[in-house]
Amino acid sequence: MIAELGLAALWLSTALAVLQMVSGALGLKDGGNSQFAIYARPAAVVQAFLAVLAFFLLLYAFAVTDLSIKLVATNSHSAKPLIYKLTGTWGNHEGSMLLWVGVLALSGGLLAGLERRLPEKTMSATLAVQGFVALGFYAFLLLSSNPFERLPVPAIEGGGLNPLLQDIGLAIHPPTLYIGYVGLSVAFSLAMGALMTRQVNPNFAKILRPWVLGAWVFLTFGITAGSYWAYYELGWGGWWFWDPVENASLMPWLAATALLHSVSVLAARDALRTWTIMLGVLAFSMSMLGTFLVRSGVLTSVHAFAVDPERGSFILALLCLYIGGSLVIFALRAGSISEGKRFSVTSREGALVFNNVMLSAILAIVLLGTLYPLLTEAFDVRVSVGPPYFNPAGAIFAIPMLMVMAIGPLLRWKEDKPARIQFELALVASVVIAVIALVAILGDYGILPVLGLALSIGLAIAAFLPLRGRRLRLVPVATWGMVCAHFGVAVALFGMASESAFTEEKLAAVAPGDVEEVSGWTIELESVDPVAGPNWTAIEASVLASRDDEAPTRLAPQSRNFWSPPQPTSESALITRWDGQLYVVIGDQAGVDAAGNNRWQLRVWWKPFVTFIWYGGLLVAFGGILSIAGRVQVDLKRRRASAMGQERRDDLDALGDADAADGPVSEPAE
Amino acid sequence: MMRFALAILALIAGPLGVGQALAQQAMPPAPYAYVQLENPVLEAEASALMETLRCLKCQSQSINDSDAPMAGDMRHQVRSRILAGESPDQIRSWLVQRYGDYVSYEPEVSATTWPLFAIPLLLLAIVGLVLLRRLGKRRSDGIDVGGEAV
Amino acid sequence: MRIIFAIPLALFLFFAGLAAYMLTQDKAQTIPSQMIEQPLPEFSLQPALDGMPGASKSDFIGGEPRLLNIWASWCLPCIAEAPHLERLKDEGVDIIGIAVRDQPAAVADFLSRYGNPYSRIGADDISALMLEIGASGVPETYVIDAQGNIRYQHIGDVRAETVPLLLEKLEEAR
Repeated sequence: MIAELGLAALWLSTALAVLQMVSGALGLKDGGNSQFAIYARPAAVVQAFLAVLAFFLLLYAFAVTDLSIKLVATNSHSAKPLIYKLTGTWGNHEGSMLLWVGVLALSGGLLAGLERRLPEKTMSATLAVQGFVALGFYAFLLLSSNPFERLPVPAIEGGGLNPLLQDIGLAIHPPTLYIGYVGLSVAFSLAMGALMTRQVNPNFAKILRPWVLGAWVFLTFGITAGSYWAYYELGWGGWWFWDPVENASLMPWLAATALLHSVSVLAARDALRTWTIMLGVLAFSMSMLGTFLVRSGVLTSVHAFAVDPERGSFILALLCLYIGGSLVIFALRAGSISEGKRFSVTSREGALVFNNVMLSAILAIVLLGTLYPLLTEAFDVRVSVGPPYFNPAGAIFAIPMLMVMAIGPLLRWKEDKPARIQFELALVASVVIAVIALVAILGDYGILPVLGLALSIGLAIAAFLPLRGRRLRLVPVATWGMVCAHFGVAVALFGMASESAFTEEKLAAVAPGDVEEVSGWTIELESVDPVAGPNWTAIEASVLASRDDEAPTRLAPQSRNFWSPPQPTSESALITRWDGQLYVVIGDQAGVDAAGNNRWQLRVWWKPFVTFIWYGGLLVAFGGILSIAGRVQVDLKRRRASAMGQERRDDLDALGDADAADGPVSEPAE
Repeated sequence: MMRFALAILALIAGPLGVGQALAQQAMPPAPYAYVQLENPVLEAEASALMETLRCLKCQSQSINDSDAPMAGDMRHQVRSRILAGESPDQIRSWLVQRYGDYVSYEPEVSATTWPLFAIPLLLLAIVGLVLLRRLGKRRSDGIDVGGEAV
Repeated sequence: MRIIFAIPLALFLFFAGLAAYMLTQDKAQTIPSQMIEQPLPEFSLQPALDGMPGASKSDFIGGEPRLLNIWASWCLPCIAEAPHLERLKDEGVDIIGIAVRDQPAAVADFLSRYGNPYSRIGADDISALMLEIGASGVPETYVIDAQGNIRYQHIGDVRAETVPLLLEKLEEAR
């Protein structure tokens, strides 16, 4: 019954998406006077309930391992721990697509349920677009990736989940990332709605901002979590590889980061109108493009996984419909939107424009590097594009951006004199130069890590300069958000630069009792023993690690063999200290030593300050949360104030004009 | 990372050749597959190079990040050649001669890869132009107080 | 309508066209060797099992063109290609085998089960020859002319339909 209920919920959602789209479109046509337009909002809200219900039904089917459902039978296993049964729901194509659709419907429902400030006509257009987008993905799910498909005869046992995914990371990373990806659909719909109804103005920007910020917070968190997960799960100590799937998550983030900055300009200064619309379209387009690249199998790195060209064609058709369609409307309509207010080069807007252009350029580089192998394969030439390309090419644009990021927040809106902030400029510049000099004296490191270290320290100081000379209690929460996020960027950059400059690696074949040294750590292999888990067997090393004179810490890295599906994995063991992480992996047996003892491959890394990468990511996300909180707080205050003002005015009216002579009613300040 | 990230994004397939991998492991790995060079300077050179060479049997991983036997054999080649005095560039071009640009994550300017370098330069020019137009001209125009641009 | 606003659309259409074309194409799974028409490198490999000679470059020089077959006892497709190699041998082709990362006992066992089409088998324990000739997997089969030049590469197992193709390439290499 569960599967049938889920399927019914999805079909109902589809019907509601049609209703939402049609009713929204009629509302757009008749300027909100249509009788029919009132259905758009409830359709979106009910649809959200149904789509989320469908997702929970699938979750239930996985929890009880209902082997009559094809998806469960192929991807789950009764012997798996419950947590991985649950997370396995989205560890496959159909389930993750249902999660995607569920989040899409939920975003649409929230937008329809909460947003009351937009002009009705714009809202109708927005909901029509949201319904249209949802409709396509429902069609994709139901017609080519039905997660609720039954088997003619229930399977006796399931096929199991890829062991690399049997980790708590699967519980956190994909859902947050998907909320981020799909949350951007709201920005997309709002941008299209505003473009179609010519409502691109500060009011629109203020409405758009929390949605962008929200999606961006989830994206930031999802990428951070994914990076850490890959780092400890893969057993080689890498945290970013510039592979197509990672890039697919980075590109929407870059676009969303640019968008949230340009939205601020639009909200505060009524400038960058077309640019903001373009970014709104681009951000969600990048989410959809990522979905296409990952699921269609067009990219080399993806092809070995079971992919269906038919699905690829379906998603490509959706891409053409949504990205192509929105870009056509943009091409036709953008000219009719005036550019907005002007500003000087040395102004907050000037710095933000610079930041936007640089972020877009980085996005272009990542897009180019990711898609280029696809282009050459059309001519039967296979090339690889990796870190040695992305790092320097990205840095060309990232370094100027980071420099401007240090001083941008110090500038005033509209026009400012560089002389006003000369102290801050001099401070940051001298710190950067001093660090470069210091690191150059200390050793021979690559130019990018050195620049990264210097910029990160300069940025960390610069992040707090906007607070200088202000009474901290009066600083708006949103400003704290910005400070926190910018500081987070500095922290993450410091971690990245430090990891790439100072990491020490030790590979050794050791027998129990042997001692190795790396970066001041003493590492002793105590013993190697077989262990067994619910669905795997492993050899587990007992390793004692210590530095200076401290008591040794016991580490237990494992080399696991899962049996359903059969696949080996390395479970790394970590010691986290304030100044870095020790990363230990046990490999295969490596012959015997002179005394006849078995030797084992041991891989050890000391990675100074590597954790700062993820602390930084969390700070950035937290900054985003503060910013949302700050905006909401201001918004509520303003509403309360205007409500109070209205009340007083009503009172005054009631009292009669005579009493009003007592004095003008003062509106509470914002 | 590739097999991992892919897997997260939901495309699970039976891992290819697991049986093979197990059987191949019966053979001891090549001497320098998992053993570092004594000289830390040479090892650093080798390691930097290995990070930029693609494992031919994997899903988008460098040979430095892979347990595939062939990746181990390639690491052995890199380390022993570095030890024999070859430069990283020589080793890279030795491999590119045999496998084409695919084996190297570091594209070099060639008939097939020039757009990778031309487009960023073009981008740089466009960025310069956009900034000049959006920011530069405004200054010479003076500040338009509260006016709408046409 | 200003032309600049149509640029994103144009870029997207270019991508969509490319992606649509690539969806119709078979995915390139293999990495072809760039060593075709190049001389074999100098090499000398120990015998892969007792009682058979090893392989070196000089074994390819003179006489008729030969086949160089890269295989291993742990490789499943190699079992599938064994009868077709046998047919090539029956046609009078000299096949020199290279056993990759293999143990003598396993090699002997494999040959006794699936037949031995090889005149010599060299042991490539660390993929050294594979890397030299640009082979990226097992099995692969190369046509080598009598001067020791690599003339043709077949990636994957030899099938019934590959046999005439290889015979033709051997003829061309004369």
